[in-house]
Amino acid sequence: MVGLKTVQKALQAEVLAGAQYMDKEAEMACGADLMSDVLAFTKRKTLLLTGLANMQVVKTADVSDLSALVFVRGKEPTPEILAAAESKGLPVMMTKYTMFEACGRLYAIGLIGCPPKGAEERR
Amino acid sequence: MKVEYQVPGGDFDRAGEASANIKKLLQRIGIPADVIRRIAIGTYEGEMNCLIHAGGGRVVAEIEPEGTVIIISDQGPGIPDIQKAMQEGWSTAPDYVRAMGFGAGMGLPNMMKCSDDFNIQSKVGEGSTITMKFLYK
Repeated sequence: MVGLKTVQKALQAEVLAGAQYMDKEAEMACGADLMSDVLAFTKRKTLLLTGLANMQVVKTADVSDLSALVFVRGKEPTPEILAAAESKGLPVMMTKYTMFEACGRLYAIGLIGCPPKGAEERR
Repeated sequence: MKVEYQVPGGDFDRAGEASANIKKLLQRIGIPADVIRRIAIGTYEGEMNCLIHAGGGRVVAEIEPEGTVIIISDQGPGIPDIQKAMQEGWSTAPDYVRAMGFGAGMGLPNMMKCSDDFNIQSKVGEGSTITMKFLYK
């Protein structure tokens, strides 16, 4: 479990939305541009690092109860995406680091990855 | 309680409204968060399928004291080989959908995994109906 403010510091990230929810924690993390994988393999309170900046990322984060979003390699989401995140209480950060570098930095401070199969599966 | 939503065809920005609204309803009546998550993910996957493959569709949620039933139906092209469609990684989604982060062939298997009971009916040329049951306990 790592606090979002610690994540922000490790990634030298800028908080773009949901600053008032930055006191939350991330239990684990997932790096993906494929939302299908996020929907299938994450658990609640997962931090998502992604290079995909579209509205579906926020919707996927919302239905999956993710703790926060990090856009990597300086990808800046549109104001519409940020407004949607804000309305859903979802913190959004942006880091200049690439996906590989950002994931490595977070792993190094103790954030673990999601197990390959979702824990809430019934079958 | 029964609620119904239309899934607009081809409109990626509006997709996900049904799952977001159903999630809010279930939160309001105090359903456990992990159950809501399974329902929201299953419904969202279904909405995306309607949008991508069928030019839109319909989501019905029957919210009962013991559980929720989600019925997702469309009048799209239908699925010729359901067994194949249920395999992880098998997809007929076009490239533009993949570029948006979907179409990995995980949708139907994930819907089955999330739900306590999963049924799919499909007829080529007529459409598909998926029924998912979710128990609160």
